Amino acid sequence: MFDFTLWDIARNLLLAMRWTIALSLIAFIGGGLVGALLVVLRLTGNRFVRGLVMLYVQLFQGTPLLLQLFLVYFGFSMFGLETTPLVAASVCLTLYASAYLTEIWRGGIESIERGQWEASSSLALTFGEQMRYVILPQAVRVGIAPTVGFMVQVVKATALTSVIGFVEMTRAGQIITNATFQPFLIYGSVALMYFALCFPLSWYSRVLEQKLRR
Amino acid sequence: MTLDFSVVLKQWPLLLDGMLLTIFLTLFSAVIGTLLGIGCGLVRSKGPTWARWCVGAYVELIRNTPFIIQLFFIFFGLPGLGLKMTALTAAIVANVINLAAYVSEIARSGIEATPDGQIEAAQSLALDRWQIFTRVVLPPALKRVWPTLVGQMVIIMLGSAVCSQISAEELTYAANQIASNSFRNFETYIVVAGLYLLLAVALRRLLNWVGPRFIFGR
Repeated sequence: MFDFTLWDIARNLLLAMRWTIALSLIAFIGGGLVGALLVVLRLTGNRFVRGLVMLYVQLFQGTPLLLQLFLVYFGFSMFGLETTPLVAASVCLTLYASAYLTEIWRGGIESIERGQWEASSSLALTFGEQMRYVILPQAVRVGIAPTVGFMVQVVKATALTSVIGFVEMTRAGQIITNATFQPFLIYGSVALMYFALCFPLSWYSRVLEQKLRR
Repeated sequence: MTLDFSVVLKQWPLLLDGMLLTIFLTLFSAVIGTLLGIGCGLVRSKGPTWARWCVGAYVELIRNTPFIIQLFFIFFGLPGLGLKMTALTAAIVANVINLAAYVSEIARSGIEATPDGQIEAAQSLALDRWQIFTRVVLPPALKRVWPTLVGQMVIIMLGSAVCSQISAEELTYAANQIASNSFRNFETYIVVAGLYLLLAVALRRLLNWVGPRFIFGR
């Protein structure tokens, strides 16, 4: 019989925390790239393209993340592709984050007055130049607080990947609980560890929001 | 690759049962969670300092931890303290606690946006504090934040899918059962995702209809 000391529990959870952080970063960066592309399509595309982007966002915001994970995980094998929980989780969370970030950023860009677009296009700036020099510098100020706030949601979302067998903090907590029969202690610690990751982000997001309001 | 939905649809009674439980779970938690959340929001904007601090700690703790961990803590962890619950009770408790924390922040922003003049006017009409809150402050506050509140309820409904992990027999639990006895994982989850989408649209419509009609007036 292998005995788990408190240190073993803490060490294993901390090691698993690396995966929670890594997956959060993958999802956030991947989601940011896909999201940026979708925002551009949403702003410049024809009606059909805009409709597709809207449908994409609605699909991800109108179904449970848990089912999205199942669909991606089983979808891979459906198409005959080998997959690991890490790949499925990364793909799914990237798509999930991109849908939300598209909405957040579109809101930021659309909050910029029409006059700014008109004035900059009267200076013969191309769409890229308008974005780069006129719209984005202003839109970033509006969008940064909700974007940081959304990072909290991404970190919490990674907990669900435990269900498809990816060993991050939640799954590690389950495994250790099965070995030690101390669910109160372990899930309590896991909760506090998530709190330690998320609270600074929430707090920073609130600071940014207040700065903007002033 | 061939998709075969017939095996999944043949098990519609399971899906229906699961859907009914998801609806029950959502509506029940929504009502209690909203009431509790409004209470917490009130304490956080008007209560004594220690109470504000307690509610603040609760809200931050819930908002910065994943729902699945809250659920596991309640279902697997609390029996250690002698608090044993069935899966369904634990699911309801977790949903209520989770929703109330978010509603508390939403309600607070609505309550704090009430102009002082309205409260002073109500005081000059000799309304007591309870009357002022329920008749003067709350209805317009709810009206202001209703869209955000509706969004939060939809999030709770979608989040309740996680309750399948402690074997509460809601829609996703039914999906897992059908998937494992039909070996049609992908098709099952497509169908069930469609059902959730339907539920989300229906819930949004329902709340947008109920709000102006019965809760805060037009």
